[in-house]
Amino acid sequence: MTEDDFFFLAQLVRRRSGLILPANKARFVTGQLGPVARRFGFRSVDGLIAELRHGRESLARAVTEAMTTNESSFFRDKAAFDHFRHIVLPRLVEDRAKTKRLRIWCAACAAGQEPYSIAMLLDDAKLAAQGWSIDLIATDISAEMIARGEEGLYTHFEVQRGLAIRRLVAHFTQEGDNWRIGESLRRMVSFRQFNLLDSYGWLDDLDVVFCRNVLMYFDAKTKVSVLDKIAEILLPEGALLLGHTESVRGLSDVFVAIDDAPMLFVKGKAAAQRLTATG
Amino acid sequence: MKNCLVVDDSRVIRKVACRILQDLKFATAEAEDGLEALTACRAKMPELILLDWNMPNMNGIEFLKTLRRERDGERPIVVFCTTENDVAHITEALGAGANEYIMKPFDRGIIEAKLAEVGLA
Repeated sequence: MTEDDFFFLAQLVRRRSGLILPANKARFVTGQLGPVARRFGFRSVDGLIAELRHGRESLARAVTEAMTTNESSFFRDKAAFDHFRHIVLPRLVEDRAKTKRLRIWCAACAAGQEPYSIAMLLDDAKLAAQGWSIDLIATDISAEMIARGEEGLYTHFEVQRGLAIRRLVAHFTQEGDNWRIGESLRRMVSFRQFNLLDSYGWLDDLDVVFCRNVLMYFDAKTKVSVLDKIAEILLPEGALLLGHTESVRGLSDVFVAIDDAPMLFVKGKAAAQRLTATG
Repeated sequence: MKNCLVVDDSRVIRKVACRILQDLKFATAEAEDGLEALTACRAKMPELILLDWNMPNMNGIEFLKTLRRERDGERPIVVFCTTENDVAHITEALGAGANEYIMKPFDRGIIEAKLAEVGLA
């Protein structure tokens, strides 16, 4: 791939998804594009890029999706889920006792491991049995990942990373060498393809947003824009969970970090003080 | 440094598992079957036991049931590591006192994840 081709590709991916492709990732990019080139009938990646320059929408979408990182696992960064279970959820159950309604969004759900991990924690809390209405919305830029999440079928390797064996037996059924998520958890999650650069108008009144290991791939301007939009759709005192290398520092004045709970941020100082006080 | 006893009748599996566990800062010992493992445990109870199911002389589930009746036999964390990958076997293992379960084939990532589950990572 020529320098010019890489620059063109990086611009295209950045414009469409916000993802930054550093120049030292040329080999990775070429590797990711190989399967796309074959799928679209090109003999080489160079041929694919030549066609891409003509503005073919389906190809541009496939190339952008191929650049996303879909690495995930059940309960990835266990501490984030501990914060949700022990800090965020008890407060929400108290605050929403009258409406008995919770809305949670996984902004980049990859193949569904994160929303299903959250669903397992909600199942532990037995909220549905107590009449709670829970919207668990899972989005990803990749149509392929959304399809995988909806299918809920995971390999032997995927279910052994982050998932305790008791949870596997309780929530999955075996299909040959693979394991399928149980129907009750499957029904808890609504999957939808969504680009974080698009309008968040259809998302509103959220209690919790998981936007983990996504901001790290964006430039500062895009990070600010995404955090601003999340702040708008979160209810007052709503919670935001980021990846372990991510922070709001220097990017948002709305979100406040919680002491001793890395990865957890809440909307507004009052919410932070309340959580710290009840800690 | 914590001690791990790797119990498997396959020398290759023992070698691979020990290498991974040593990388994860465990001191390792090996046993070829349940009887040998029981002797090792009676001499010195390890913190962790990585346990195959199908072995000659004494299989993994018999070993586990016997171990849990031994003095201090409730102490070691026992992680099955076996090709018996069906729900019935997993349920039987948990009922007999296994703490976690690895379905073969495994890799370093799986061992690390399972050790994290039992608080040993």
